[in-house]
Amino acid sequence: MHGMGDKGTTQRGVWRWVLPALLLAALIGAWQVAASSGAIARALNLESFLVPSPAEIATSLWENRSLLAENAWVTLREILLGILAALLVGLAFAVAMSRWRLVKDATYPLLVASQTIPIVTIAPILVVWFGFGIGPKVLIVALISFFPITVNTLDGLRSVDPEAVKLLRSLDASRWQRLKRLEGPTALPNVFTGVKIAVVFAPIAAVFAEWSGSSSGLGHLIQSDSANFEVARQFATIAVLSAMALILVGLTVLAERRVVTWR
Amino acid sequence: MRQDNRMSAEIGGSTAAAPPLETTETPATGISIRGLEHSYGELRTIERLDLDGAPHSVVGLVGPSGCGKSTLLELLCGLREQDAGTIEVGGGASGADRLARCAYMPQRDLLLPWYSAIDNAALALRNRGLGRAEARGQAARLFERFGLAGFEAARPAELSGGMRQRVAFLRTLVSGKPLLALDEPFASLDAITRAEMQEWLAGALRADPRTVVLVSHDVEEALYLSDRVAVLSARPARLVAELRAPAPRAVDRDAAVTDPAFVAVREDALRALHTALRGS
Repeated sequence: MHGMGDKGTTQRGVWRWVLPALLLAALIGAWQVAASSGAIARALNLESFLVPSPAEIATSLWENRSLLAENAWVTLREILLGILAALLVGLAFAVAMSRWRLVKDATYPLLVASQTIPIVTIAPILVVWFGFGIGPKVLIVALISFFPITVNTLDGLRSVDPEAVKLLRSLDASRWQRLKRLEGPTALPNVFTGVKIAVVFAPIAAVFAEWSGSSSGLGHLIQSDSANFEVARQFATIAVLSAMALILVGLTVLAERRVVTWR
Repeated sequence: MRQDNRMSAEIGGSTAAAPPLETTETPATGISIRGLEHSYGELRTIERLDLDGAPHSVVGLVGPSGCGKSTLLELLCGLREQDAGTIEVGGGASGADRLARCAYMPQRDLLLPWYSAIDNAALALRNRGLGRAEARGQAARLFERFGLAGFEAARPAELSGGMRQRVAFLRTLVSGKPLLALDEPFASLDAITRAEMQEWLAGALRADPRTVVLVSHDVEEALYLSDRVAVLSARPARLVAELRAPAPRAVDRDAAVTDPAFVAVREDALRALHTALRGS
C-alpha cells in the first residue's frame, strides 16, 4: 500500500517534467516546420532571414558560443552583485523595521509607494550619473530585488510566535541571541521566497540597465543585433538569458533545501 | 547572578569525584506574593492575591480556564509587570531579578525545529555564553538521567508528544534556575501518556528538587505533583482555597491517587472550584 503510494508520487514527479518537455518539443517542432518552409515569412511578408528556424538559432548559439559566454558572464555578474547588495541591505532593513517600530512606521509606506516607480526608467538617469560601467546595472538589479527580499523577510520576522519570544527571554536570550536562534531561522524560508522572486526579475532589470548604456552584456548584445537584423543571434541570446534565470532559480531552490532542513 | 551560575557549573563539571547531581544543584529559593493586582486595560485579571511557596516545594495552581493562571506565571517569571503588590523570588522583587531566577515552560513545548533535541535542551546554557560542546555535555548528562539517552540528535519533529514534553522540561531544568514555572505542561497529551509523564516529572523532582509553580486544569495532576494546591476564582483571580496534598510525588502514582485521603482532598478541591465558578 505504502509502496504503491510512493510509486504513484514518483510517476507524477516524472510526468511533471516529461509533460512540459513534450509540449516544448512539439512547439519547437511546429516552429521549425513553419519557419523552414517559409510559411511565417510569407504570412508576415518578410525576408526569410528575419524569421530564423530553431535549427538556425541552435547553429547561431553554437557558432557564437564564446561571444555569448563572455557577455553572459558580464550580465550574470551584474545580477549576482545586485542581488547580493539587495540581500545585505534588505536583511538589515527588515531587521531594523521589525525591531524599531518607528523605523517601520516611517519607512514602510514609502517603501510600498516606491514600487509605483518603474525602476527601469531610472536606468538612463543612473547612467548619466554613474557612467557606462557595472555600477548603474548593479544598482538597478539591487533596486528591483530589494523590495521582494525586504518585505518577505519582514513578514517572516513578524511571524514569530510571541510565546516562543517569552520562552527565549526566560532562558536568558539577549535580543541578538533571539534574532540568531529564533527570529532569523523563522524568517529564513521567507528570505528564500524573496530571493526567488528577485532572481526571476533580476535578468530583466539587468537587460534594461544595459540598454540604457553599456558596451557589453547580453542586453547590449540584443540591442546591437537588433540594429543589425541579426535575428537568429538575438533569439540565441534570449535563450541564454532565460536559461540563466532558470538555473539561478534552481540553485536558489537547492540552497533552500540544504539550509531549511526542518520543513 | 549569571556569573555565579556559570562558575558553579564549571566547578561542578571539573570536579571528577562529584556526583552528576552537583551540576544542576541550585540555591533553595522561596516565593512570596503579596497584594498582587494586574489588569489588561479594563480587564481585571488578578485581584489582591497572596501566595507563598517554600523552597524546594511544588505549588499547584488550579482554577477555571481563563482565570489568569498563565498571566500569574508570566508575572512571576518577570515576563510582565504587575500593577500593584509585590512578587519576591528568592529575595529579588524586580522584574530583572525574577527573570534571572525563573525558568518558564509554556503550554506548548515550543521546541525549535531547527535544533536537535539536545541543542533545544541546552538553549539557556548557550545563551549564557557556553560553547556548543560544553553546553551539550551538560545537557547530555540530564538526557541520560531522565531516560532520553539516544535521542540527543533527534529533531523535534521525530519525537512523540511525550518525548517532546520531556525535552521541553529538561530545557527548563538545564537552565539551572531555582524556580520552575510550568504552564499546564501535559495538557496536550493523551490520558495514558499524561499519567506516565506525571510519574516521570515526580521522579525528576525527587532527584533534582526545585521550587516549582505548576499551573494545571487537572485537579488530580496538581494534587499528585504538588505539596500545596491553590484554588483560584474565575477572573479576576483571587485565592479561594489552599489544600495540602496528602502524598506529594509518591513513587506509586496509581496507589497514591486512589488512596482515600487523596480522594477526599480531591473532592474538597473540586468543591472549592465549583464555589469559585458560582461565586463569579
